[in-house]
Amino acid sequence: MNIQAQAPVLIIIIPLLASLINILIGTWRRDLCYPFALIVLGSCLLLAFNIMDTVINTGTIHYRIGGWAPPWGIEYVIDHLNAFIAVIVTSMSFIVSVYSRRSIEKELRASKIPYFYTLYILLTTGLLGITVTGDVFNIYVFLEITSLAGYALIAIGDEKAPMASFNYVVMGTIGACFYLLGVGYLYIMTGSLNIADLQRLLPDLYGSTVILVAFAFFLIGVSIKIAFFPLHTWLPDAYTHAPSAVSAVVASTMTKVGAYVMIRITFTVFEPRFSSEIIPMTSILGWSSVLAIISGSVLALAQTDFKRTLSYILIAEVGYIVIGLSVGNRAGFTGSVLHILNDAFMVACLFMVAGAVVYKKGSRNIDAFTGLNKRMPFTMAAFGIAAISMIGVPPTAGFFSKWYLVLGTIEAGQWVFASALLFSSLINAVIFVRILEKVYFNGENVSIPQSRDEVPLSMLFPVIFMGAGILVLGLYSGDIISSVIQHTVPKGF
Amino acid sequence: MEFVIGKYNFWVYIVLMMIGFYAMIAKRNLVKKLVGMNIFQTAIILFFVSIASKKGGATIPILQKGMTINPSQYMNPLPHVLMLTAIVVMVSTFGVALALIMMIYKKYGTLEEDEILEIERNRK
Amino acid sequence: MDILVSIKPVLAMAVSLAAAFLILITGESARNLRETWTILAAVIKFLIVASMLPQILDNKVIEYTLVSIAPGLLIKFRVDALGIFFGLTASFLWIITSFYSIGYVRSSNEHAQTRYFMCFSIALSATMGVAFSANMFTTFLFYEIITLCTFPLVGHKGTQEALKGAKRYLTYLLGTSVAFQLLAVILTYHTAGTLDFSNHGIMSAARDRGASDAFLTVIFVLYMAGITKAAMMPFHSWLPAAMVAPTPVSALLHAVAVVKTGVFVVVKIVLHIFGIDLLRQLGLGTALAYFSSFTIIVASVIALKQDNLKRRLAYSTVSQLSYVILGVALLTPSGITGSIMHIVIHAFGKITLFFTAGAIYIASHKTEISQLDGIGKKMPFTMAAFTVGALSMIGLPPFGGFISKWYIAIGSIEARELPIILVIATSTILNACYFLPVVYAAFFKEPKPAHTHSHGSDAYQSPVTHHPSIHEAPAMMVVPLIVTAIGVVALFFSPSRFLELAKIVVSSVTGGN
Repeated sequence: MNIQAQAPVLIIIIPLLASLINILIGTWRRDLCYPFALIVLGSCLLLAFNIMDTVINTGTIHYRIGGWAPPWGIEYVIDHLNAFIAVIVTSMSFIVSVYSRRSIEKELRASKIPYFYTLYILLTTGLLGITVTGDVFNIYVFLEITSLAGYALIAIGDEKAPMASFNYVVMGTIGACFYLLGVGYLYIMTGSLNIADLQRLLPDLYGSTVILVAFAFFLIGVSIKIAFFPLHTWLPDAYTHAPSAVSAVVASTMTKVGAYVMIRITFTVFEPRFSSEIIPMTSILGWSSVLAIISGSVLALAQTDFKRTLSYILIAEVGYIVIGLSVGNRAGFTGSVLHILNDAFMVACLFMVAGAVVYKKGSRNIDAFTGLNKRMPFTMAAFGIAAISMIGVPPTAGFFSKWYLVLGTIEAGQWVFASALLFSSLINAVIFVRILEKVYFNGENVSIPQSRDEVPLSMLFPVIFMGAGILVLGLYSGDIISSVIQHTVPKGF
Repeated sequence: MEFVIGKYNFWVYIVLMMIGFYAMIAKRNLVKKLVGMNIFQTAIILFFVSIASKKGGATIPILQKGMTINPSQYMNPLPHVLMLTAIVVMVSTFGVALALIMMIYKKYGTLEEDEILEIERNRK
Repeated sequence: MDILVSIKPVLAMAVSLAAAFLILITGESARNLRETWTILAAVIKFLIVASMLPQILDNKVIEYTLVSIAPGLLIKFRVDALGIFFGLTASFLWIITSFYSIGYVRSSNEHAQTRYFMCFSIALSATMGVAFSANMFTTFLFYEIITLCTFPLVGHKGTQEALKGAKRYLTYLLGTSVAFQLLAVILTYHTAGTLDFSNHGIMSAARDRGASDAFLTVIFVLYMAGITKAAMMPFHSWLPAAMVAPTPVSALLHAVAVVKTGVFVVVKIVLHIFGIDLLRQLGLGTALAYFSSFTIIVASVIALKQDNLKRRLAYSTVSQLSYVILGVALLTPSGITGSIMHIVIHAFGKITLFFTAGAIYIASHKTEISQLDGIGKKMPFTMAAFTVGALSMIGLPPFGGFISKWYIAIGSIEARELPIILVIATSTILNACYFLPVVYAAFFKEPKPAHTHSHGSDAYQSPVTHHPSIHEAPAMMVVPLIVTAIGVVALFFSPSRFLELAKIVVSSVTGGN
């Protein structure tokens, strides 16, 4: 069997089976779970790169599950956007899994470790499923696989985690149900669930109210899943109280994949023409993003818990991504897709730093960062890079996505959007300067042991990798755009 | 009137959904929230199943070899199949939620949201 | 104009980056080796920059594209007369400051010296980056790097006050650049379709394509608000606050690298982004000239009231920086010449003044002007240098300051803006008012008896016998300040090299070639 041809399905099947096998391994030898997970996620990463390579060289991949032709069978369709997201998802989950071992040992009971990895792999399966499939109902199923794994992973966090997770379950289920209703309405009107098929059938029906309702249901559902303002309320609690490794992986992948679904719905299933001209949905999204960015930033400023700060920043970052989609032009869209990548790196890096600080100091409070530059110079260097990237200073990656986003809003003549983006940069500057100051200038009044005391290598390496990655991504933004992102821009922009 | 009666399946599902929604948002007891969630989900299942049916005595599509097929005589099987999957998802969600409720009860000794918040506040 | 491709500008930028790395590796354990890296890098950097001078004087331009990140976003270097002018000044003064720094931090036993020297090196790299940048993106990139790597230097002492100053420093510089300058850069790219500096400005083409005057004005205002490093009022207050830094930092960064980067970028924007013709048509040159005049006068008045020597120098800097902006805002050949000359002349003069302030602090721990009575007899060299610097600031011949003021004054006549002459005259009087008393007190007043020192910052010294014998600071510090003082005088007598460069700049931006 040609592995390359089967890659789209293998990338789902391997982790799906592995997550089950992992439990069996766990009952036999608990310490084997970690290497096993690494192997599985590593092979997913390789497959994702392989798929990306195929897509770049030969164009969109169509894979028919069981040989059934669409629209009757389920079809996996991978174009540049899917492949791009798949690479992000697999990279993040692989890197964070490397990081997870020591962090999890510290934060969880040993008996739970096999289940942790099972859920972790399952989460990745779900995310990859959403990414590769070309079928709207299939997206729902994978969305729920992801969410279920996510609920459970978050619930194994600290004291307050179960309650945070329960609220997430309630909100997440509402989101999923709205999405499902959207699928139902589309099915009533078109009799199809295949994205390509829908794209062909829908333009004739754009006048229909049912289609409008379906679109609205989709958007509400996805907005809940990506914690888009004002449907973000579940996120800060859930991401704050989850184990550090879980926060890192869910924050860097789930919202991003959600944003991918939003792009698919608004620009592939429906045409950009529908989303921006026939109904003013994009301008509604744009203004909500402005609110998301401003409220996310301001609330982040008000927090003393570092992970909670990051959670609110994440809400603002989701606003960034959506704002770029909403302006409906090439620069804005490029900025959004690029920001999906950059934000994944930044957020993962910052949450991993948070985890490293928890590991060493046992506290999530911002004050725990005081004077850490002597104890954890490498972690703090990575933190500094990620922070600067969040502020949007070149040559870090964050600058380039912000560049395109602001350029997009200006081309669209949306001055308020542009100001919101820059305002958020300012607030980020205040937030991170406050922390960096604690890190690097503890002053003489704080007496802490000055000897070096870094986290274990398995945690340190991913953090440094991410920090370096942010710089490298920045310098290669142009290549990423020209080889991948420019192919993802929908026709009509 | 025609609008209401002719599309009664829609109205039923919307009413059920709103009941569920209300329970999820307004009830302070976690189990009641969960029940609301189930009603909410079930409403959607009913909606899907109802759109599969056809007027004029259509039946389930069990086919035998050599039969001539007249699509109007059969219900659309696809929504049913989708709902089988959806039910699985919902049951899993329900299971996870129940497990969470058990954890919460062990931690706080209550399932009333107000009391839990009170305990959290006192802990600070 | 010929274009040469050469990697030299990159090397000039990178050499101190490499030094920063070596400094970090060497660390505290081998202090002499660590300092060797600094000196070595400073000398090599100066030599590289100087080696480019002949080509530039030959009316050539050196270009090098380092990385092309995305359309419009390339890190590209372009050495022209203006750039080399700034590059030479900064790299030469870095050599001197390095010696002075070593003397200063060792005498005062500063902590975290490795971080200090490392940040210093990176700051110089970034300064070269700004000096030699070929487009607004590269400028913005290095502008931000300067801000970030000087932040640890400003807050170096780690005291509550230092932190407060450093925080204000970062908030002003980073905040305005991220909010205003970045927006201005993006708007520039949006309107002009390019960010490359051009001799006649890139915005005039955009105006021909239909960008409205109001829009262009907004972009210009955003730039001026975003380049806070130029310390134009009302965005000046970070500069006095940043005076909490160790004196060598104040000297180099706040007389050369940071603030001069600010005015340098302003000059670049006026000449190469907007172009003098466009600004004249929009009437923005005059507006900027009066705006900077306001800063010149008000900052001088505030300087009068300062008793802390470094703060007085800081306000003097705020005022003097606006001279540079004023000169270029006149948009006339002499004005631009004066403005460019003032970059180097003020740098030499102000660095001398800061060096003396540091020497006084190291030798006597005095920071307030009212404590300086009679100190000239104890520290004759230092105070002589101070006098030279002060007279240059005032603009008396035979000191460099005269030349730039002269050109700016002629520029204002060319521009038919006679009130500007009045501004220059007033400012000269004010400069005299706040510098001469210091000189007078140092040389002609009798020192106050020790027991009157019971107030303010030196109260903690009173148990000690209060330095019965103040003498000159270490030679490592005194020699540099004498060198810069000689430089101030030399600039008056032989400014020809620099004037030649300034002429090339002027001829390239005012039609001609």
